[in-house]
Amino acid sequence: MIPSQFDYVRVQSVDEAVAALTEHGEDAKVLAGGHSLLPIMKLRLAVPSVLIDISGIRDLSYVRVEGEEVAIGAGTRHHELERDAVAAAEVPILPYVASQVGDPQVRHRGTIGGTVAHSDPASDLPTALLALGGTVVVQGPGGRREIPITEFWLGFFETALQPDELIVEVRVPRTGSAGWAYEKFTRRANDWPIVAVAAVEGRVALANMAGSVVRATATEEALARGASIEEAAALADQGTSPGADMHADQEYRRHLARLLTRRALQRASGGAAAAA
Amino acid sequence: MQVSITVNGQQRTDEVEPRLLLAHYLREVRGLTATNIGCDTTSCGACTVIVDGLSVKSCTVLAVQADGAQVTTLEGLAGPDGELHPVQRAFREEHGLQCGFCTPGMVMAAVGLLADNPDPSDREVREGLEGNLCRCTGYHNIVRAVRSAAQAGPAAGQVPQVQEVEA
Ligand SMILES: Cc1cc2nc3c(=O)[nH]c(=O)nc-3n(C[C@H](O)[C@H](O)[C@H](O)COP(=O)(O)OP(=O)(O)OC[C@H]3O[C@@H](n4cnc5c(N)ncnc54)[C@H](O)[C@@H]3O)c2cc1C
Ligand code: FES
Ligand code: FES
Repeated sequence: MIPSQFDYVRVQSVDEAVAALTEHGEDAKVLAGGHSLLPIMKLRLAVPSVLIDISGIRDLSYVRVEGEEVAIGAGTRHHELERDAVAAAEVPILPYVASQVGDPQVRHRGTIGGTVAHSDPASDLPTALLALGGTVVVQGPGGRREIPITEFWLGFFETALQPDELIVEVRVPRTGSAGWAYEKFTRRANDWPIVAVAAVEGRVALANMAGSVVRATATEEALARGASIEEAAALADQGTSPGADMHADQEYRRHLARLLTRRALQRASGGAAAAA
Repeated sequence: MQVSITVNGQQRTDEVEPRLLLAHYLREVRGLTATNIGCDTTSCGACTVIVDGLSVKSCTVLAVQADGAQVTTLEGLAGPDGELHPVQRAFREEHGLQCGFCTPGMVMAAVGLLADNPDPSDREVREGLEGNLCRCTGYHNIVRAVRSAAQAGPAAGQVPQVQEVEA
């Protein structure tokens, strides 16, 4: 399978990338690791006329502490995040979740900016980011702006990003030794989650339970009221709208959301996750 | 567009279409046909090669993305005298292949794994090769081969590159 024709532009800086996006308009697409974009271009589900390759922007790959936050450069590849010492100490859920994405070859290419921009409801790192909270830093022709993570994903492959904006950074709070857990359910080792649940300090996010990754608000409210883990987890699928496919029907996804939320909350609170 | 890619130590400049996939570049432009294309959907790993030290699925990388890179394919593993790379030798000794279709990608993924983790456990080998499918062997002998290559010493994770050709 071969993508349709396009022009290829390589940029060396964020400013150059934004200038190229402004020049080429809606026909242009940013190319980072290419591990979401190239597969859909090969299927001709995407036919951009210009690709703007940002992988040569040198200062877009980093993980560093800034005040009470950890800043992660948009070009940071999953395998870099997976073994980053700063991330392991400050937001340990992220390296673990990065290690759960696809397979090693995918993690060698895919970037955090790419997975955030792509906005697939079944993606792993966005689920963890949504549970962490924080901001997506984007740059457009008018300069930088920060979008709260809770307002970034609007629906299936839809985000608050404008076509002439580049994601430059993701910022999350330092969680240090606070309890966290990520429960990903798949049928095969390197698959996308059928359902996944991220839990960090009473915040719970779900993968593949709606058009985008979503917070389990009923569970969070119950926990805030002092409900038990069992009671709160039983509400995890409230307000969700899971789809059905060959892996799972809606009812099974709802069941998984409740079950995995219970396990995640138990694990995050230091208890052993009880078997199903 | 012009790309200059070093494959198995040999640098060459070619004029390519931006949409040319690295797998097709290797097979059709460079004539290196060990790299197989199985699924063409980033699933099977048959097209795995090493780019700048990391395993990648070449059906999901554009040749233009590899401009300036060092690429190693299966053809680049054996020594100039034809002496097999330790991972190739171990696959032969442990019967890590049957039809052989997955083998080039499997071997390249294994070399990449051993470069990162020189002495993996069975579980680490299975997880490290999760991006590579084999329809024949049932994986047992592949895992055995990778572990046996690791026993042979640190050379199992080494990717022969430029030196070999410059020598
Ligand atoms: C076989 C396979 C298995 C996978 N398994 C999983 C899995 O289990 N879990 C999971 O979560 N993901 C999985 N993925 C997806 C993987 O994580 C992708 O790498 C990721 O979703 C996209 O990152 P990328 O850098 O490759 O982005 P690209 O493919 O380069 O880009 C994706 C989209 O984001 C846009 N974009 C990229 N970077 C930016 C930026 N900085 N600013 C603005 N827009 C940008 C692009 O224009 C494009 O629309 C899998 C992919 C494959 C091929
Ligand atoms: S051909 Fe590339 S992964 Fe199957
Ligand atoms: S040996 Fe036949 S597919 Fe692996």
